Amino acid sequence: MSNEQIKEMEIERSLEAQFEERILRDEKIEAKDWMPEKYRKTHIRQISQHAHSEIIGMLPEGNWITRAPSLRRKVALLAKIQDEAGHGLYLYSACETLGVSREELYEQLHSGKAKYSSIFNYPTVSWADMGAVGWLVDGAAIINQVPLCSTSYGPYARAMIRVCKEESFHQRQGYEIMVKLAKGTPEQKEMAQDALNRWWWPSLMMLGPTDAESVHTEQSMKWKLKRKSNDELRQQFIDQTVPQAELIGLTIPDKDLKWNEERGSYDFGEIDWDEFWQVVKGHGPCNKERMDARVNAWEEGEWVRDAAMAYAEKNKNINKAV
Amino acid sequence: MKENLYKYILGIADNSLILGQRLGELCGHGPSLEIDIACTNISLDLFGQSRSYYQYAAKLKGNETTEDDVALLRTEREYVNLLLVEQPNRNFAHTMARQFLFDVYHILLLQELEKSHDLTLAAIAKKSIKEVSYHLRFSSDWVKRLGNGTDVSHDKMQNAIDALWTYTDELFHQTDADKAMIAEGVGVDITKFKDSYEQKVAEILTEATLKVPENKWFQKGGKQGIHTEHLGYLLSDLQYMQRTYPNMEW
Amino acid sequence: MKKNWPLWEVFVRSKNGLEHRHFGSLHAADAEMALENARDVYTRRNEGVSIWVVESKDITASNPENNGEFFEPAQDKVYRHPTFYDLPDEVKHM
Repeated sequence: MSNEQIKEMEIERSLEAQFEERILRDEKIEAKDWMPEKYRKTHIRQISQHAHSEIIGMLPEGNWITRAPSLRRKVALLAKIQDEAGHGLYLYSACETLGVSREELYEQLHSGKAKYSSIFNYPTVSWADMGAVGWLVDGAAIINQVPLCSTSYGPYARAMIRVCKEESFHQRQGYEIMVKLAKGTPEQKEMAQDALNRWWWPSLMMLGPTDAESVHTEQSMKWKLKRKSNDELRQQFIDQTVPQAELIGLTIPDKDLKWNEERGSYDFGEIDWDEFWQVVKGHGPCNKERMDARVNAWEEGEWVRDAAMAYAEKNKNINKAV
Repeated sequence: MKENLYKYILGIADNSLILGQRLGELCGHGPSLEIDIACTNISLDLFGQSRSYYQYAAKLKGNETTEDDVALLRTEREYVNLLLVEQPNRNFAHTMARQFLFDVYHILLLQELEKSHDLTLAAIAKKSIKEVSYHLRFSSDWVKRLGNGTDVSHDKMQNAIDALWTYTDELFHQTDADKAMIAEGVGVDITKFKDSYEQKVAEILTEATLKVPENKWFQKGGKQGIHTEHLGYLLSDLQYMQRTYPNMEW
Repeated sequence: MKKNWPLWEVFVRSKNGLEHRHFGSLHAADAEMALENARDVYTRRNEGVSIWVVESKDITASNPENNGEFFEPAQDKVYRHPTFYDLPDEVKHM
């Protein structure tokens, strides 16, 4: 190694040490600041996964827009799904500050290189699923997201603040649907219970693999991409959700669920991690449908985007000529 | 019940409902995230308008009738929306052409309805005008962009305008209820602004380098409840829950 | 090469009397569309009364590498702040 290379490495190391200290001091990192390559890559991965999840997440709920049972429910659902598009947009924008374009991120999604939250690979088969998704899936998402409002990367933190503010009605929207069903006819109550049965376990899985299996956690904690471990988040979710189910007379589909006085938390049954990994690998009930829908929208939209661009260029030239 | 007023309200409300439903189908499938969000906004505006009208209609009907009873529980023959708004989203050009051809009409209608002697209708119109002005701005911009964008988009837009043109004459047909309401100073005499409509449409199409279709054969029937085959499928989605689980609250 | 919709920065005035604040960014083919998209994306909840959009590439930004020479010299100019000056205790409002 030449002297110069050694010198460069030393500079790099000292920059990195300064960088870590800044984060430790709770300073935000902004787009143009120096950052270790690994920080940039990790953030692109996490933020884009998050964005993809918002966009793919529109599909299972979008499935019920045309069939919502009342106009009031229809507008609430539509507004909620639209918010998800907005959140995807905020997050893609945050990601773009790291020097990757939205088109590149889409390309990663469409080619299967990028992941998104596995929960959206489950089908929404009844109206009650709109309730369960809002209540459980958004509930779990909020638990994940609130701590990210103070994450170290400024653009991500700001996007998350906006997301969390807007999402505050989403979980209520879902829970209200469940409340109404649970108070309704036996048929409606059964519909609600069935939805809870199907969405409970995937919602628990949504909070990520157990701490023992989780690969990125330590580094992510340091960079405040994660403030609590998956298992802690899961416990928090269960503890807050069980009483909500009880309140409306629905039963959590876990025979091992039991209040543990000593821990001040619920003990719960074994999660089927095999199912989780299968869905992650693409073998969920709707992986293909979700991807097809996104790819179709993108490909069928290409001529529209091209036309708008061509029109803009033409006008620019006209304006220049004037 | 004021039968004519009730029918007159449905004639306006059903357009917003059915077009809102069509746009709602696109949510999550738009050509870009930004367009997706914009189209959903229009859909939400239209559903909002339709709810105001249906709530008024439900009140006229009495007997604890709800907005959903009126909106979701009629037979296909009882829907009186224009054929134009029920046409499917064949591609984005069709969606924007349909929107544009309706928006030009819609704003003219609302500007007159705002002067209605019926204060409820006038108030709904007043609120809706702002929304629909924006819809028209959005759809005209897209007609121009696609018409004057690439060769591909030009052809698609021209095809869409040509295909939908046959439904534009119906906008100016009047039912008996319309006539009765005009006589009372409640309804809008739409025949009065047919020229303004044609002028405005021609103006934008020309700016978009598109041809105004010469086709003079027009479809009609929506206002009498005789629809294109597309509406039945739209209604089976729209009414699915109410039909499958009757008399329940959601 | 194929051209994608460029990136725009969105600034929104939430109400009269306040300044425009950076709200986020979005993609649009031209300024008109950027303005419409900004309206649809960033003011859905009645967040604004005025919008500015500017294409991101048109913004000239200071470089954080120069932060030392740019911003640190201002740190020790304490005499620019009112607390620098001693006043008799009897003077209440100044």
